[in-house]
Amino acid sequence: MARRRLRLIFGPALVKEPVIYQLGRKFEIVTNIRRADVTKDQGWVLLEVSGEPEELDQGVAFLESQGVKVEPAEGDLVE
Amino acid sequence: MPKVIGLRCRECGAEYELQATHVCEMCFGPLDAVYDRAALKKVVSRERIEQGPKSMWRYRDLLPIEDSVNVVTLGEGLTPLVKADRLGAELGLRNLYLKNDSMNPTNSFKDRVVSVAISWARAHGFETIACASTGNLANAVAAYAARAGLECFVFIPVDLEPAKVASISVFDPNVVAVRGNYDDVNRLCSQLIESTPWAFCNINIRPFYAEGSKTLTFETAEQLGWELPDEIIIPIASGCQFVRHRQAAGELLEFGLVRGDRVPAFTGAQALGCAPVYNAFHSDTPDRVLPVKPDTIARSIAIGNPSDGVYVNRIARDTGGVVEAVTEDEIVDAMRLLARTEGIFTETAGGVTIGVLAKLARAGRWRGDEVVVAYVTGHGLKTADVLASANGHARRVEIEPTMKSFREKVTI
Repeated sequence: MARRRLRLIFGPALVKEPVIYQLGRKFEIVTNIRRADVTKDQGWVLLEVSGEPEELDQGVAFLESQGVKVEPAEGDLVE
Repeated sequence: MPKVIGLRCRECGAEYELQATHVCEMCFGPLDAVYDRAALKKVVSRERIEQGPKSMWRYRDLLPIEDSVNVVTLGEGLTPLVKADRLGAELGLRNLYLKNDSMNPTNSFKDRVVSVAISWARAHGFETIACASTGNLANAVAAYAARAGLECFVFIPVDLEPAKVASISVFDPNVVAVRGNYDDVNRLCSQLIESTPWAFCNINIRPFYAEGSKTLTFETAEQLGWELPDEIIIPIASGCQFVRHRQAAGELLEFGLVRGDRVPAFTGAQALGCAPVYNAFHSDTPDRVLPVKPDTIARSIAIGNPSDGVYVNRIARDTGGVVEAVTEDEIVDAMRLLARTEGIFTETAGGVTIGVLAKLARAGRWRGDEVVVAYVTGHGLKTADVLASANGHARRVEIEPTMKSFREKVTI
């Protein structure tokens, strides 16, 4: 089992889509929302995901294929 | 009693024991080092600082290292604060100063943070130090790891410029060139901290690493005769150092090290090619910093999703500062302007800072007598390639090795 801290960023087209629900249904991934700020136009969610590393990779790829921007929760670390 | 007593979440206030971690388990907010301020108040004084070493370690009381035996130093800090009269005359500023941090051992500001990070890692038993870097950080980490005799891993994108790779490799670290872009390096390192016993300078020991930034503002105040300036211009990458400079000003006031009670205006500088903080500052929602894809020559500050962007905007707004941005041409023009007027050759990030300074000055931001300090954070040799275009030699003439040719072609 691995866990990752993610920041999901949604544009207006995705605000109403249940992508976190879909993530948990399509993959063996446990999701846990820690913080969020969602309006009708845009939003972000800080999400902890747990699962096998390959499953997490596929889950992130799925989110990105849906148009969700996926970043590490703490932002860019490269300096 | 130790002076650093734990970690605290900047968002929710949750407290943690002292350890190598950077994110709150509750809300994923950033963690900051917590000092025993009452104990510090009893020992911190101007006299004690002035009697300290001629490096940034004269401020050790305000850094998260308990025992000086663990300090890993190459003599970083106490860099020149230059009164910039010629640049000031061009910009209408009579009290303009430049804090020239390109004079650090590996020629960038990063030596301050890395010196603290590696000292902390050594004090806490780490045997391997690591970082994810665009160049300057890896350069500093490799040098200080060599100095400390620690194993070192630096993670870079595979296409990092050869000159940068060479200046890192000379210190003999393990260089891991990741086949991917900065985002890919970022993601990989986020996962690695879960499974390696390493101290990643800018990741899991970030709360201590970041504290080193404060020394730049401590020194600025001391070099101004223990006074804070009216405004400080700071380049913004992750925003991490911007936040610490505000904290440093607060500590200088709290511990009675500076005269007065005024906090400087903190102004941030970004390249328009990577300006997520600037974009948010000038939007209706400054607390919502949206990531961008960096596309700028100022690569050392090209952070598309800055960890501390929201805090930068709050500090700029609360202190009367602004966040401004400049074009690629303005960056290069500013590098030349600084070199031509003050004899200081800065990298592109310094071009961003001076570019923003010039832009704001020309727009009439200051009356002219304010004390304004710009932080020049890296040396021009790191990014000399951006000046290689022909117009960089506009005053160059080519002559035969004869007096005749000299007289014909050179105007004295």
